[in-house]
Amino acid sequence: MSETYITRSSAIAARMLAGEMMVMNSVDSTFFTLNPVATAIWQAADGRTPLREIVRTKICEQFDVDPVQAEKDAQEFVTDLSQHGILLVSSEPFPDTAASTRPEEKP
Amino acid sequence: MSLLSEMGQKAFDLGVPISVHIDLTYRCNERCVHCYLDHDDHGEMTTDEIKGILDQLAEAGVFFLIFSGGEVFLRRDFFEILEYARRLLFNVKIKTNAVMIREVEARRMRALGVDTVQVSIYSHRAEVHDAITKLPGSFERSISAIRLLKRQGLKVTIANVLMTWNLGDHVEIRKLADELGATYTLDPTITPMMDGDTSVLELRIPGEELKEVFRTSELVPNMEEFCAPPKPVSDSDLEGYSCSAAHSFCYISPYADVFPCVQFPLPSGNLRRQKFIDIWIGSPQLNEVRSVRAKDLTVCSSCSHVTTCTRCPGLAYLEGSMRGPSTADCEKSFFRTGIPTANMLAQGVTKPASRTLIQIKPVAAASL
Repeated sequence: MSETYITRSSAIAARMLAGEMMVMNSVDSTFFTLNPVATAIWQAADGRTPLREIVRTKICEQFDVDPVQAEKDAQEFVTDLSQHGILLVSSEPFPDTAASTRPEEKP
Repeated sequence: MSLLSEMGQKAFDLGVPISVHIDLTYRCNERCVHCYLDHDDHGEMTTDEIKGILDQLAEAGVFFLIFSGGEVFLRRDFFEILEYARRLLFNVKIKTNAVMIREVEARRMRALGVDTVQVSIYSHRAEVHDAITKLPGSFERSISAIRLLKRQGLKVTIANVLMTWNLGDHVEIRKLADELGATYTLDPTITPMMDGDTSVLELRIPGEELKEVFRTSELVPNMEEFCAPPKPVSDSDLEGYSCSAAHSFCYISPYADVFPCVQFPLPSGNLRRQKFIDIWIGSPQLNEVRSVRAKDLTVCSSCSHVTTCTRCPGLAYLEGSMRGPSTADCEKSFFRTGIPTANMLAQGVTKPASRTLIQIKPVAAASL
């Protein structure tokens, strides 16, 4: 089975506000808020960790969700955000250069 | 209400500084006739100081960051600062005259994910724009830069300060913005200079001219609603606040002074001596600003315009009291609707009377 790798677009601004992650794309000004599960996926989008592993370690272990359903939801979420230019998706890990220029994550 | 507005309201209600304006320098390569700044360097923040402040702002929840000046591109470290800000995931807007932007700068801003670049354009006529900026060739350079920025896919806003020198040009500037694919914003506010010199106020356009501006269909698409008489004021309206200053917004000067707003020169702390969050939460000045509700306004609480007026508490402060009226906004309300304001009625005048404004120097600049 092929893997899915995700990384954040360099055009993104993001900040937590009262437990909700605000995300804005500077290219078209689309603005989203992410729920806690989506936030966990988004924060783990380092371009090197397969989405399946992110779901297993960041979602199933921290949220009480069914693994099969969680992976299905994650795929839909990733597809949706990639269509809005928020996430970049690949079947191969992203090069280190892309990962190293990824904006820093604040706790 | 849009999702963005909802989050803005949430930040306001929770007292989160969702938006901060930082002037990185007061130095400038233009000498605009209306500018209130002194263009000398009295000890600007270093690169490391700014990076440290950006860390603190991210920690405090700041999302929208405005870099302005002066002219930001006069700082040799501007791109280092910008890159650092973007690594902290701020949404960054840059205000500039754009004369130093060439293809390499435009491309780099695009690569760094800058949200919007706001460029000051004073006229569609090069000779008028250049006379206002006192920099020959500035019109051509700024317009050329806007084209480069647009070619890179960046969003550009043309900011048009309205004054006596460019009166009547706003419709053509708006058309120019459309041609360039830029959005357009107009501002008739002229404030005294930092050294207290009020001669620049003579550049303010006469109130009667405001009336014409407010009735220009190219600028005001919903004119009927915009110019409608104010609705009756309710008790809940009087519980409201003037604006986001000190609630979810503040301003930081090149000398690390914190103010409620760029247009509200009430020194509220200095980031060389205190942490941002300590100033944001504990500053008596910021707490006073955020305590003022419409019902507390000395004159405006009894004004029929109180809920629709653009009353700026910073301009009111410049007139002597943050709880008092802002004559410039009284003018706007009157010439927009034709209904006299409480301030006018109290003075027994049929049109707003201008009051002397005193610009108050920031702490660091005043002490040097």
